[in-house]
Amino acid sequence: MCLGIPGKVTEIYEQDGTLMAAVDFDGVQQAVCIATTPEVTLGQYVLVHAGFALNVLSDTEAVETLKILRDLQEFNARLAEEDQNQ
Amino acid sequence: MIETPTNLRDASLTKAIMAEIRRITTQAWNIMEICGGQTHAIMQYGLDQLLPPEITLIHGPGCPVCVTSLQAIEQGLQIALQPEVIFTTFGDMLRVPGNQADLFTARSQGADVRVVYSPLDCLRISHENPGKQVVFFAIGFETTAPIIASTILSAQKLGITNYSILPANVLVPPAMHAILSNPANRVQGFLAAGHVCAVMGYHEYLQIAEQYQIPIVVTGFEPVDLVTGILMTIQQLEAGQHEVANAYPRFVTEAGNIVAQQMILQVFEPVDRQWRGIGHIPLSGLGLRPEFARFNALTRFELAPTPLNESSLCIAGKVLSGVAKPLDCPAFGKDCTPSHPLGAPMVSSEGACAAYYRYHRINE
Repeated sequence: MCLGIPGKVTEIYEQDGTLMAAVDFDGVQQAVCIATTPEVTLGQYVLVHAGFALNVLSDTEAVETLKILRDLQEFNARLAEEDQNQ
Repeated sequence: MIETPTNLRDASLTKAIMAEIRRITTQAWNIMEICGGQTHAIMQYGLDQLLPPEITLIHGPGCPVCVTSLQAIEQGLQIALQPEVIFTTFGDMLRVPGNQADLFTARSQGADVRVVYSPLDCLRISHENPGKQVVFFAIGFETTAPIIASTILSAQKLGITNYSILPANVLVPPAMHAILSNPANRVQGFLAAGHVCAVMGYHEYLQIAEQYQIPIVVTGFEPVDLVTGILMTIQQLEAGQHEVANAYPRFVTEAGNIVAQQMILQVFEPVDRQWRGIGHIPLSGLGLRPEFARFNALTRFELAPTPLNESSLCIAGKVLSGVAKPLDCPAFGKDCTPSHPLGAPMVSSEGACAAYYRYHRINE
């Protein structure tokens, strides 16, 4: 139920007074209600649950998280290498 | 784009984080993932089997279909069987057993039961069927609540009078209190449900972490997200800390989505709710505010009280509160299977029993 799929906003429009977006999920287009994420702009990613955008993806945080994890990966690889050399 | 599954399902990255978990773990720890969607992802990717033996994952009650009370299901069945009703629901609810019948049974008896992808579809169905009463079975956690609230606000704005909901929404923080204050509790750290936090933020958890001296880490759903959440929880446990941390910052902030929270608060108010298998939890549900009472299906239809009979074999309550695992149930895979479920956790795509059955955790 709490499944959320990230998709890219390709169009923003209004329907019956409700703010909507066309969202692209890897090639599949779907109409998504963006009533609670009115700040979203074209090209941004939203987290979509049951036809409704719950939040907007923060690019900077996504990049930062992966960078930290890559650093961890390198750190562990170095540890393993040192273990082998001993 | 950073959010591609290739990055967050990267096996080498997952293995590196697992190596770090093994490196820092010095003793046994029990960690609960609250969300049933995370339980399924953990099973699907076999993450539980890659963890060191000291780490036990306990599956939480975050399966809305599973915790929807028997009474609500019986009420839903009665409403669905009324001739003027189109009963709409998420697909998972159809097979959840009531006393004897489920919504599939109601459909075979002539009820117009329709599966919707989104509650927003109900407004279209209401508009297209002016002579019918359209009722949505409003289940779910804080993720579905803003969507359901928006249908009520739209119905009010557009003057749609043939739409109502059967209110059954539940809230995560009261369930965490209930788990932690249970004398049989074994949970020492929580993975908080990332998508619930995308809406609600995590400020409500600060008090829980402090009160019960327990680390809580907001966690996402991809393999890399999950193992990162587990690592950050173990780091705190090993260091004797009990903070709220965020392992899903790309979608979650401490404040959450304030517009969505305001929408929930505008339409709903906290009410006591019965959780199937777990029991009564104070202020753990969302009921309609008095000014939206006319959208409550329970007042729109006259319902007869029904006695409630749960299966005596099913241990769903123990599974949902993390006290037992699905394999502890004598009925698992025998009297209880996804096609003939005794309890809701075997039905739902978020139920722990269904996850064990689907990913063949039978001989553990």
